[in-house]
Amino acid sequence: MIRFEPRSNPGPFLTYGVPVIAAGIAILLAAIPLALANAPIIKAYGLMISGAFGSVFSISEMLTRATPLILTGLAAAIAFRAKLWNIGAEGQLYMGAMAAVAVGAGVIDGPSWVMIPVVMIAGALAGALMLIGPTLMKTRLGVDEVVTTLLLNFIVLLFVQMMLEGALKDPMSMGWPQSEPIIDSAVFPPLLERMRVHLGLVIALMCAIALAIFVKRTVWGFEIRAVGENAAAAKFSGISVTKTMILVAALSGGLAGLAGVSEVAGTRGYLATDLSPGYGYAGIVVAMLARLSPIGVIASALFVASVFVGADSMSRAIGVSSYLADLIVAMALLCVLIGGFLTRFKVHFERKSAG
Amino acid sequence: MSSAAHTSPKTSQDLLLSLAGITKKFGPLIANDAIDLTVHRGEIVALLGENGAGKTTLMNILFGHYIADEGTVSVANQNGELELLEPGAPQAALDAGIGMVHQHFTLAENLTGLDNIILGTEPIFRLRRDRTKARAKLNDLMARSGLSVDLDQPVHKLTVGEKQRVEILKALYRDARLLVLDEPTAVLTPQEAESMFATLRKLAASGLSVIIIAHKLAEVLAVSHRIAVLRGGKKVGEMTTSDADHRSIAELMVGHEVPVSRRTARAPGNPVISLIDVTIDRGDSRRSLHGVNITAHEGEILGIAGVSGNGQAALAQLIAGLDKPDFGTVEIFGKKITKFDAHQFAQNGIARIPEDRHHDGMVGSMTVAENIAIEDVRSPEYQKLGFLDFDAIRKRAEHAITDYDVRCPGPDAPARLLSGGNIQKLILARVLEKSPKLILANQPSRGLDVGAQSEVHRRLLEARQAGAAVILISEDLDELLTISDQIAVIHAGHITSSMATETIDRSELGLMMAGQKKHAHADTTKNAGETA
Repeated sequence: MIRFEPRSNPGPFLTYGVPVIAAGIAILLAAIPLALANAPIIKAYGLMISGAFGSVFSISEMLTRATPLILTGLAAAIAFRAKLWNIGAEGQLYMGAMAAVAVGAGVIDGPSWVMIPVVMIAGALAGALMLIGPTLMKTRLGVDEVVTTLLLNFIVLLFVQMMLEGALKDPMSMGWPQSEPIIDSAVFPPLLERMRVHLGLVIALMCAIALAIFVKRTVWGFEIRAVGENAAAAKFSGISVTKTMILVAALSGGLAGLAGVSEVAGTRGYLATDLSPGYGYAGIVVAMLARLSPIGVIASALFVASVFVGADSMSRAIGVSSYLADLIVAMALLCVLIGGFLTRFKVHFERKSAG
Repeated sequence: MSSAAHTSPKTSQDLLLSLAGITKKFGPLIANDAIDLTVHRGEIVALLGENGAGKTTLMNILFGHYIADEGTVSVANQNGELELLEPGAPQAALDAGIGMVHQHFTLAENLTGLDNIILGTEPIFRLRRDRTKARAKLNDLMARSGLSVDLDQPVHKLTVGEKQRVEILKALYRDARLLVLDEPTAVLTPQEAESMFATLRKLAASGLSVIIIAHKLAEVLAVSHRIAVLRGGKKVGEMTTSDADHRSIAELMVGHEVPVSRRTARAPGNPVISLIDVTIDRGDSRRSLHGVNITAHEGEILGIAGVSGNGQAALAQLIAGLDKPDFGTVEIFGKKITKFDAHQFAQNGIARIPEDRHHDGMVGSMTVAENIAIEDVRSPEYQKLGFLDFDAIRKRAEHAITDYDVRCPGPDAPARLLSGGNIQKLILARVLEKSPKLILANQPSRGLDVGAQSEVHRRLLEARQAGAAVILISEDLDELLTISDQIAVIHAGHITSSMATETIDRSELGLMMAGQKKHAHADTTKNAGETA
């Protein structure tokens, strides 16, 4: 018979060590599909590591990939903290990107120190509004936000497609459904010469630190934690659950919107329907790996990004499908969930007496 | 009550159950320390003790849920000879005729009483259901014991008292020779409890043995033959009920003298809160109030007596600022309240003690300090420009922990580590520290042990002495009669006008709680004529 006994107070090793060990186990488990694909396992691992960390270029690529993941990871982390199940970061990301293009592709002009904040604010606002709607429907009418935010992703993507075929279409694109490029002064400058890693990374890191302080040290963070952990008690104590939820929605949607801005202004330069390979959804995994800790999101986004970039480069070299990356990330998530369970409970194996 | 009940048959041949030297350790904690307990045939034994005294552990060992580290459990077989019971085997305990009635019923609400009783006794694979034999056996049981229930009603249509009868029948149907009842009166009106005790006495007279786990002393004195008291895992006393008195048992349980909560005379002052013709209609009687008129004055404890689920929740929600009346007005210090908002209520000197302290009273993963400050984090005392002042929050918590004797590892420990009594102290510290003018205490001592209960009462009386008005919603008549100045009865969303506690007759109160009698004391109340 297996018995689970809750631990009263998990120590720092369990809190911080378990996710790292879980990630390591997930990478080791990747040997199984590699072996099934008849790939040289040691070489494959080597290629993955060098693909993610082997050169300044590969590190820059990894960091470029990590940038939107940090932002969508934060979006999921803050929402899940308040038990607002925002599955719509993908849609919020596209709305943010579209807003950035709408104001940043030549409608207004100005120096960088004006234009960069302008596109950021526009994108964050658009993302925030995308989530405030479903949140109001949840608090006022009891509509399940998992359904509304998830389905809005598809609506937004179709809407973006429509706009790219119409109002936002670049006349110079030779028929490709893409927007006009944003003007140079709104572009996020690269952090290293001739590399893709850009200002967005700095912004994402600052967001993570700011969010950590916000959650831990401010009145609003206090209220978000209270509502998330026990909404009934929060309500009884006089905290407005609706207002807190709307604040969380604005933060979460805004961060996801910023991810879209960062991709448009930092990586791509214009909006197209393939802007995000699912960063919104991957953000959920990032947040779960980080156990919803804003600082942890940085680490887990770097992990997920390096797995993706490393597996990409490995698959090019030895012809194993890069879906392996998804597999590793998924296994890491499972390992962390199991690890999290083991952190909270002690497991006792008991031999049941016969009878 | 009946003096005949106190004479118990006691010869060694009559021994039914013998627990000998039971010891059970959980790590460093000794939950049971060499406990001996015997039960004779036809005897009612009361097992008394505070929370954590080891009652539940002992019963779990009896039922085979735990295996004792030392000691043995023996049950008499059909020939009256004691036989060792196999440890750690619940089925063996059932086969030996040990039946349990839990405090929280284990009935399937959508099945009938009959289905619930038979459930688990029939083979899973069978061609047809033969209920005639079961029904005949149950009819016979009901006739002999006086436990009458309509067995064809789905359980959710039964009253709490009837559900309990189904639970007892379920145990008897399985040929229980020893019935263990865990806090059986917690959910009953005094009349229901009285009739349950009458049944138990009848069953005991016909040879059934009973163990009652209880903390309400008066009831135990009325029904049991013998009392065993546990404290800190040890059996600290055992006596025949006829030799016992209320105070000595209480002291045995707590281990020191129990301060008696007593009101000192105090003239009530001005009205603090008045509900005038308040109606809240939420469709179901648990959450509705109908034309309620009550007033609580300064320096007065207004008790609201009633069986759970009669509108107490609606009243509490209203006074806590979580709901607003559909009709009627609420006045606080003569001013009509237009905005019902929990935050404002708390800030304006209304102390609110929630009914479910785990669910509504604290955020388990947040710290003790944060839970104490939770109502006030927006006030400038605890934040600057939105940033929390953790020093101020911790300082307040440290004061509260000492002043209210909250047992916890420290202000930074997560609140979920606290026991029920300490959570209640935490809540008292949160709301009473601000010298409130009005206190809503909803079941403030439910589930607490004697020591914590008397602490809650002392604090409420202290606040009353300082001039606060207290609205005390409770199902515990002893509590109400001890500390209230005025008592009103709530039934099906109606509240009678209040009566001075001194003029109240206990059994009449019970009838009013059951809705059988409407407020006979209209002439003795000061709010005469307000309510019909």
